Amino acid sequence: MSLYNLTAHALHEKLKAREITAVALTESVYARIEAVEPHVKGYLTLTKDIALEQARAADAGFQKGNDMPPLAGIPIAIKDVICTKGVRTTCASKILSNFVPPYDATVMTKLHQQGVVMLGKTNMDEFAMGSSTENSAYQITHNPWNLGTIPGGSSGGSAAVVSADAAICSLGSDTGGSIRQPAALCGVVGMKPTYGRVSRYGLVAFASSLDQIGPFSKDVTDCALLLNAICGSDAMDSTSVDMPVPDFTQSLINDAKGLKIGVPKEYFAQGLEAEVADRVHAAIAVLEQLGATVEEISLPHTEYAIATYYIIAPAEASANLARYDGVRYGYRTENPADLLNMYKKTRSEGFGPEVKRRIMLGTFALSAGYQDAYYRKAQKVRTLIKSDFDAAFQKVDVIATPTSPTPAFKIGERTADALQMYLSDVMTTPASHAGLPGISVPCGFVESGLPVGLQFLAAPFAEEKLLRAAYTFEQNTEHHRQKPDLSSFLVEN
Amino acid sequence: MEKYETVIGLEIHAELCTESKLFCHCAYIFGALANDCTCPVCLGMPGTLPVINKRALEFAIRAGLAIGCEITVDSKFDRKNYFYPDLPKNYQISQYDLPLCKNGQVTFEFEGERRTVALRRIHLEEDAGKSVHAEVTGDATRSFMDFNRAGVPLLEIVSEPELHSPEEAIAYCRAVKEILEYIGVSDCNMEEGSLRCEPNISLRPRGSQELGTRTEIKNKNSFQELIDAMEYEVKRQTRILDAGGEVVQETLLFDAATGRTVAMRGKEEADDYRYFPEPDLVHVQIDAEWIEEIQLTLPELPAARRKRFITDYGISPENAEFLTGTRQLAEFFDEAAQLSGEPTACANWIMGDLMRLLNTADSDIHESNVTPAHLNELIQLIDNATISGKIAKSVLDDVFETGKMPKQIVAEKGLAQITDTSEIETIVLQVVEEHPGPAQDYRDGTKKAIGFLVGQVMRATRGKANPQLVNQILTQVLSTE
Repeated sequence: MSLYNLTAHALHEKLKAREITAVALTESVYARIEAVEPHVKGYLTLTKDIALEQARAADAGFQKGNDMPPLAGIPIAIKDVICTKGVRTTCASKILSNFVPPYDATVMTKLHQQGVVMLGKTNMDEFAMGSSTENSAYQITHNPWNLGTIPGGSSGGSAAVVSADAAICSLGSDTGGSIRQPAALCGVVGMKPTYGRVSRYGLVAFASSLDQIGPFSKDVTDCALLLNAICGSDAMDSTSVDMPVPDFTQSLINDAKGLKIGVPKEYFAQGLEAEVADRVHAAIAVLEQLGATVEEISLPHTEYAIATYYIIAPAEASANLARYDGVRYGYRTENPADLLNMYKKTRSEGFGPEVKRRIMLGTFALSAGYQDAYYRKAQKVRTLIKSDFDAAFQKVDVIATPTSPTPAFKIGERTADALQMYLSDVMTTPASHAGLPGISVPCGFVESGLPVGLQFLAAPFAEEKLLRAAYTFEQNTEHHRQKPDLSSFLVEN
Repeated sequence: MEKYETVIGLEIHAELCTESKLFCHCAYIFGALANDCTCPVCLGMPGTLPVINKRALEFAIRAGLAIGCEITVDSKFDRKNYFYPDLPKNYQISQYDLPLCKNGQVTFEFEGERRTVALRRIHLEEDAGKSVHAEVTGDATRSFMDFNRAGVPLLEIVSEPELHSPEEAIAYCRAVKEILEYIGVSDCNMEEGSLRCEPNISLRPRGSQELGTRTEIKNKNSFQELIDAMEYEVKRQTRILDAGGEVVQETLLFDAATGRTVAMRGKEEADDYRYFPEPDLVHVQIDAEWIEEIQLTLPELPAARRKRFITDYGISPENAEFLTGTRQLAEFFDEAAQLSGEPTACANWIMGDLMRLLNTADSDIHESNVTPAHLNELIQLIDNATISGKIAKSVLDDVFETGKMPKQIVAEKGLAQITDTSEIETIVLQVVEEHPGPAQDYRDGTKKAIGFLVGQVMRATRGKANPQLVNQILTQVLSTE
């Protein structure tokens, strides 16, 4: 019996019944990692020693018959943008190649309280800037469904390892779609909670007003378990919101009756691949058949979301990334002539081209004489986009859209054209501007065999509605049970 | 009359003496080992976030209220972007368009007149660390960073350009310093860098309403340096204008060693700080109740207190000025004056002997053994003739040393005055017998000879005899015999 391909909730039952041990489970996942990782390349750092120690601790708890938390002993992968005490955290950047945080992110503290097993740190676009994980300074991650394609981004590593069964579940971060888009492209469940729902303390900042940590999982139930573990206000993060956190497993209700679904016409416009549109329409029809009401809605400012995003996010990033200067930690250039030369060389050598592009974009958008035309105007448009959603949620419970306009594209296909790459996020950035929760669930495959994602959006702090819609869809379809065929390079043991 | 009018505005930076820094839990201890007062947050490490220290907000509001500012109920923080090694994040969390306090005013005495200077704003921001340049094993190019001060809350107090001489600017600075010390929000220790003044100076033809081109002088941390720098700068600008030249807008550094200002950066190199709202912090909402609460805890401010000392206690303006020099001194005097009901005596004792003792010991009034209760008791002992003023001086020395109450000291050392006339008479008779010469001189009309005899009586009683009684009895004895 293989363990690596099971869900966390299934594994918890086995651990609780002492059918299996967390150590055996961890060994099983590492064996899988060894087999698939040379091809998928989802991890930047593996922490097997730590993982086995954590697994033994979980086993000791189960052994004593303690009432163990649902994620105790569950092997989890962490995006390398989340600080892990004593474990290198690079953000897939050369500039943090040697950075070992002396502190844990709040989400890590919460996961450790659950007794999880940390498998390692996953690959990503450098500083979470990208939609394909090709902007990593270290390696390219391959989509398990077709190794010639990208896994999406920026949390491509976290999506790919769950898809390839090289982790039971994982954490990523979503700024403009960096969880939802790779989840769609890798055929797994990925959720961005409401902005302020999860503490950002220890999440290396890209765009502070947009960044949010969230889970990747093999099904919606695991997603709810991870949400239970990581949500909640934090005294270390002023932007985390003091709202009661419900038990999200209570929202796992297989019932769409009375659910009002809005389908925004602007999301089914130019640029959306026909096959993707078909799968999404079919998915919405499934829910309609199950008793949901579906109505077309309009979110008129959708078309400005990408342009607005590429002003606000780089503007914040230009300040957030100023601290990487070679003075205190991280990479420093060799033999600089003077201070200015050290700054210039350290940053020129330490950052990759996309990060530099965004720092320049953001610096420009904030400059005297341009701030009104760019940054301030973008903030106004952001308010309009948010008002669109506020109006829509007066009428509907959830909004259903494609997660990505296309399935996974070929490695290298969009690297030469930044604008083309930026359009990958056209379906996900609007909700980011509004701070909304969003989930992507597998909803079928295109002809070439690549997965398609269905995105649900809800009003702020209405994650429960998302989970109910996603769970109902999942329980009445088989898409989430499909696995990429990696058998050609697997050595079965 | 001078040809030009000097126009000066001031930016004062004061470190708030909160227990922890502005955005983290670190305590700042002056003189601590380098980087001992730091944590991941104030070091600006990846992923860390600022959380506002409520006490720092309270202190800023206190300062705003004391200076008569409007408090901004919906305020926010902004990022001020510039690269400098002492700035951990390479941006400073400061306030741009919604400062905590606006439109106050500072009133002070200058050359015998009351002057009121308008304040533009007071805002809260984080301090930076400092660079240390030192030679290490022959390598002179090494620099080190000490981030202990990084993140300490700083109040930036910006005046309108309404000051018209370096001396007046100093008087203004002293008034601000006095207020901040009085309300207990900053220790304003200039040597330790907790108060820093940056003047901007311009000249204009007398009578003109338009402002001339100004220069700014960076970080002065002593009043002497500040006045030297401003005086030099006024002379420099006068020379330029007299020669028909134009003053260049620039930031200057004052070199105390050469006594000259040197250009640090010009306007064309002036930084574009790219201010934008700090996304890691939410807006600061200040409710009216809190403002009222803070208002109630404000102490009486120095100007009001001075006025009260003059009118209620009949203290001279000069003495009132001295006695309100620090809050501790003013409170000491106030309490002693109320306890004893003798403000003039209290003022004389404090400004004379007590100050002498404090200066010799190099300590402050609130650290000394002497309390208003001690002083009150001492004054009562003189009033009821238990001790003479001269003995009282030595009793005060003892109080200062030991902290014992004056009555106890007088009892232990047997210092009480001899007021028993028969006891004094016995000694007087004895002295007159022992010194027949001076006694005869007195009787012969050399009245001043009595001084010698009084001295002998005091000597015999080790100063304890009541001098008035001695005089009286001696006169009697000498004239009856």
